[in-house]
Amino acid sequence: MEAVTIENIIKTYGKKKEVLALNDISFNVAQGELFGIIGPDGAGKTSLFRILTTLLLADSGKVTVDGFDVVKNYKAIRKRVGYMPGKFSLYPDLSVEENLNFFATIFNTSIKENYNLVKDIYVQIAPFKERKAGKLSGGMKQKLALCCALIHRPSVLFLDEPTTGVDAVSRKEFWEMLQGLKQLGITILVSTPYMDEANLCDKVALMQNGNMLSINTPEGIVNNFSNPLWAVKSSKMLQLLNELKATDFVADAYPFGEYHHVVMKDISGEGSLQQFIQTHSNTIIESKIVKPDIEDCFIALMKPLSPKGENGEDKHKMKVNE
Amino acid sequence: MSNGIVISANKLTKRFGDFVAVDHISFEVNKGEIFGFLGANGAGKTTAMRMLCGLSLPTSGLATVAGLDVYKDNEKIKKSIGYMSQKFSLYDDLTVKENMQFYGGIYHKSNEFIKNKTAFILDQLHLQKEANVLVRSLPLGWKQKLAFSVAIFHEPEIVFLDEPTGGVDPVTRREFWNMIYQASELGITVFVTTHYMDEAEYCNRVSIMVDGRIEALDTPAQLKKNYGAASMDEVFLKLARKAVRAAD
Repeated sequence: MEAVTIENIIKTYGKKKEVLALNDISFNVAQGELFGIIGPDGAGKTSLFRILTTLLLADSGKVTVDGFDVVKNYKAIRKRVGYMPGKFSLYPDLSVEENLNFFATIFNTSIKENYNLVKDIYVQIAPFKERKAGKLSGGMKQKLALCCALIHRPSVLFLDEPTTGVDAVSRKEFWEMLQGLKQLGITILVSTPYMDEANLCDKVALMQNGNMLSINTPEGIVNNFSNPLWAVKSSKMLQLLNELKATDFVADAYPFGEYHHVVMKDISGEGSLQQFIQTHSNTIIESKIVKPDIEDCFIALMKPLSPKGENGEDKHKMKVNE
Repeated sequence: MSNGIVISANKLTKRFGDFVAVDHISFEVNKGEIFGFLGANGAGKTTAMRMLCGLSLPTSGLATVAGLDVYKDNEKIKKSIGYMSQKFSLYDDLTVKENMQFYGGIYHKSNEFIKNKTAFILDQLHLQKEANVLVRSLPLGWKQKLAFSVAIFHEPEIVFLDEPTGGVDPVTRREFWNMIYQASELGITVFVTTHYMDEAEYCNRVSIMVDGRIEALDTPAQLKKNYGAASMDEVFLKLARKAVRAAD
């Protein structure tokens, strides 16, 4: 069964509907799936989450969560979903324990009844259960918010950018917690601007400026990247980048960590690149074929949306915002 | 790269009561260098940066920024540096042009300087048509690039960037780094924090803070060698996992 179905959702903002936040979005999320919505700020992630959690009405389109319609059965949905907004939204002047108790009570349950769901996360903040939520560190706030979103045993959990501004270590820990929740059978929709988190999801939707770029498994997205991709390192990186961009066999070249990634227009480009490397052998340190990353795919999928204008930006982006 | 030291910290320390937020950090940054300042949440990056920007007095230790003492000359430091953060950078309800005029004005630049510089930046960012548009209506990627240009509008010796690329799409993120390189080539020193480990690779040197101390400082290549790591991500995880104190 599908936990979430989304059909042709359009959402605009402004008096003249001039801001297109979601442009005809459709996809489904299967029960028990860990589904990632990956995109930069302004992609439409928060608008989409607010529609799914019945907090915002779409202009048109149909959405169901757990079989219920978000417009007609919004009350039923509110009882069965957990939502962790991007902004910390707990009561800062209640203690850790009081917050959790409060959320359990308004959903007619108790901490005791569903403790097994939150146990692994709650034990990490339990030493501070007397502390006011507003006085917690960022990482602990996040863990408490996740406990509060879970305490009524939701069937679908919505997490809006839980890892934004969080360091690499805490991000890893958070994703380990999500893997644990997945084992308990909870469907999870999570949004993130970090491309590398895509690999931790069962399935991902790549979004930009209200548009869906691709929906697939992380492997599927990477497999659809058909152009040859190389990584090249030189002692003169900036010069190398400009020279690569000026050739006729390179579709795109961009910095990627310590290397530049070079996307060939087609398979024959590899031979041309070999020659290029030969003639630049005094500066090129290393070159190799690489497997594309989700970020490579995202960049490639973005291109049709923002054709290489003078500054690589498309004017229509002006109107689109979250 | 050693044509002059523009930031120097010697056993710089900041305590809040019993808590040592920044614990005897010592380092130097050279003119024109792109210096990555990494650390987990709560490692002390923001506190250290606030001291270097003249916004917070150290408890002990020494530091100079652009040749100025962080204790005595903190007001002068503010005039010699540029600062940009992800959270606040520009005034949403001023236009692109007004934002530049405002920043030029608070740094006491002449009308002629402001006029020329504004024209230069509008041209560089291809924003001529948007000069009179409210900043609010610009896409985030443009805002971040404009915010950077505004941070170096008064031609400071050093610019401090606090997570400048958070939430920005991968193409704009790279365009932003291109601007950082250009600034560095003009001799502006760039002091930058980021949570993107691929961006650590773009820095000339990187320091990693753990529990208030600088645990490692070197070029990305040397750090990877020292820690037997394939990427900066691995280096960071190896070091940051040693942290004992809670985040923030």
